[in-house]
This record gives sequence, structure tokens and C-alpha cells, in this order.
Amino acid sequence: MLKTRIIPCLQLINESLVKTVKFNKYGYIGDYINTVRIFNELEVDELCFLDIRASRERRTPNIEILHQIADECFMPLSYGGGINTFESAKQILSIGFEKVILNTAAAKNHELVTKISEHFGAQAIVVSIDVKKNMRGYQVYINDGTEKLHIDVLDWAKQAEQLGAGEILLTSMDRDGTWSGFDVEITRTVAASVGIPVIANGGAGSIEHIAEVVKNGMASAVALGSMLVYQKKGMGVLVNFPDKEKLEQILEK
Amino acid sequence: MMTIVNYGMGNLGSVQNMFKRIGVGTEITGDINKIEKARKLLLPGVGAFGAAMQRIEESGLRNILDKKALVEKIPVLGICLGMQLLTRSSEEASLPGLGWIPAQTLKFSFPGNSALKVPHMGWNNVHPLKTSKLTASFNDETRFYFVHSYYVKADNEEDVLTTTHYGIDFDSIIQHENIYGAQFHPEKSHKFGMRLLENFARI
Repeated sequence: MLKTRIIPCLQLINESLVKTVKFNKYGYIGDYINTVRIFNELEVDELCFLDIRASRERRTPNIEILHQIADECFMPLSYGGGINTFESAKQILSIGFEKVILNTAAAKNHELVTKISEHFGAQAIVVSIDVKKNMRGYQVYINDGTEKLHIDVLDWAKQAEQLGAGEILLTSMDRDGTWSGFDVEITRTVAASVGIPVIANGGAGSIEHIAEVVKNGMASAVALGSMLVYQKKGMGVLVNFPDKEKLEQILEK
Repeated sequence: MMTIVNYGMGNLGSVQNMFKRIGVGTEITGDINKIEKARKLLLPGVGAFGAAMQRIEESGLRNILDKKALVEKIPVLGICLGMQLLTRSSEEASLPGLGWIPAQTLKFSFPGNSALKVPHMGWNNVHPLKTSKLTASFNDETRFYFVHSYYVKADNEEDVLTTTHYGIDFDSIIQHENIYGAQFHPEKSHKFGMRLLENFARI
């Protein structure tokens, strides 16, 4: 059995399933229900949904479509995007999602993380951290990469853990949608400084990339985007999942 | 008919959906009169032990649940936090549990330099220690989705149906007479979860 969780991370903009490149331009992927049905048949470990524009567009989570998704899925689910109240988190957890993911709201309202964690347990809350590399190091961004957060990545990750986060979803904005591999360096640095699992996100283009970030980046789990919704880089939409035996071989090596 | 106890916490929709998929009728209820008529109870739960026990006590469900489980002895399955609630106590909370199974709930505790993270989150195998109706047709490939920071330790080894290894061997499925508990989320475990719920529906 595969110990590392391989998590399809699907991006929504309200009702549209999309895939971004470097948090910027995006392509339409298609119908979210058809896509989740395929991942259900493929018996994937876990599914993650992010409404990437919700906070930026000041939208609250679209409960109706999350309900439809939960009805279709017999695997663990997480959702992030526009969750900025305890009630909103509670509603999402009550309709069949295991975890809520907070990014902008976590940075702006630390108490919300703690409140959700205390009420539902730390495993129900993921703090998502978007990072971008520049000449001086790594910079944390919120609001879909549009607002710089004046805090060190490691300080924020450790603080998120102290506030009660059960996991960290660490996304490299530079690698997002590029198929060029995970940012192993930042993943390892964050994973080594916190006691909670770190999910590496952004850049996966091959199963070798997955093995690399698990082995060298100390990632507990990996999130995959482009490589699961496109046939190949630059090619058309094709929902797929890497061969599980191959994954097992390369990860257990 | 499967009665899913609604005490205000937990992901009841997905459990109900999985029963629907395997053709078992369900009712989700927190109504004492409906629970009074139940033939089989599923006690779900996600969240914190203390908050859940407080809800059960405050909702007035405690007496009827005790009666169904201990006097009428109908089959009861607690899943995830619902399993932990079956025990007498948890290191997570000062409030006592239901105490239907001689067991306690302990916190995972690994050395600081351990690679093992808490919560134990992800798919893991179960190792059957004995045969039972609930675990019929399970084998070494049977795996489930776990998310928990606390685990159950039964007082008596004969109450343990399966163990799972995560740093230690903890009790992943337990049974004491008519009371069953499963630490993982069957409703989130694809075909393996369907098999467990089907087995429970047939007991």
C-alpha cells in the first residue's frame, strides 16, 4: 500500500473547473461532476478543491456545488476558498468534507484557525501557504497571490501549527502549472520546521517529481494539478491518474 | 433500516450516501422517539471528544442510547470519533465517554525526532486478529482512510478485531458483544468501506 497521499488538487472559479499557470492565466477543464466521478472510479486517495478566486472576489463558498461533490465522492475531501467565518467552516464540514483549507482568512484572523481546530480537531483544518521565490528568499502571499504577507515563511508555518492547523498545504506560485517539478527546497525547509504534515503543491509534471519531493523534500503528501487534468504539457484536457504500481515502485524504492 | 444518530456533529451526508449506494435504507435522526424504535445504530462523529460527549449529554440522547446499546443490545457501530466515544475516557477531554466497551482513548505520542506525524492521516491497512461478521472477507489488502490524533486501547485483547500499525499497533476495529467500533472513515474508503458497512448491515 502507498503510504504517501497523492491528492488531485482541483481548482474552481465558482462553478468552473480551471487550471492556472503561475497563479495567473488559466484554462477551462470542464465539468466538475464528471471530473470527480472519474477520480472516484480511479479510487484516488483524497480530493482537494480550491476556489482560487473566492477571497479575491469576496465570494463565500458555493455550498450547492460542494454538496454535489460530496454526494459523488467516497474518498476524503478538502475545500478551500472564501471560508472566513466559523459558521462557513462548520457548514462545509457538515456536508461531507473532512477538512477546510484556510489561506487569506488564516492570515487575517488567527483566532478562526484556533476556533475551528478546537471545535472540530486539528485534522479538520489545513492552512494553505502560497510562496513565491525572489532574490531575497521566499515571500508569502495571500488573496490568490495578489497580496504580500509581511511574515517569514517558516514563522508563518510554525505559527499556523501553534494556532491549531493539522496540515500545511504549501504551494509554490512559481511552479504552479509549469510541470517543472516541486520546489523541493522550500518544502523540505518547512517540513523540517513543523510537526504537522506538509502537502507539497505546485509544479508536478511526472512521477519522478513526486518521488523527489517525498524523499528530498520530506513532504507527507503531494498535490497534483496539471498532470491529472491534461494529457501532457501543452496538450488537451484528459483527466487521468498515474499508474499506482509505478508510483508504488518509485516511492518505496 | 439503519438509524444514524445525529447529535449535531459529523459528516452524516457521506455515510448516508454510502449506505444508499449499497442499497441499505437509512434515517438520520436526533429524535428520541425515532431512536427508541431503531434496530441498528450507527454513531458517527468527527471532531473533539469533549464537545461530542457534551452534545450527547445536553441533547438528552444519553439515556435512550444507553438503553438501546446495553439493555436491548441492538447492534451499534461507532465510527471514527464515534468509536472513541464508546470507551470510558479519552486523554482529549475530561468528560467521560459512553463506556460501552472496556477501553480507553489515548493520544498518539511519538518522540520529537520521530518522522511520524500526528494526526495519523491517510490510508492504512488493517490486520485481522480474529474472524467476525463485521470483518468478513477482509484480507491484508483491505485498507481504510484514517484521520485521528487519538486511538483506542481495549482492556481485553479478545475485544480487538483488527489492529493497524502507526508507530505502534493500535486497535482499529473493536467489538464487545453487540457494540462495534471502527477508527477509520468507511464512508471515505471506497470499496473497502462499502464492504464494512454491508457487513454491519447484515449482522
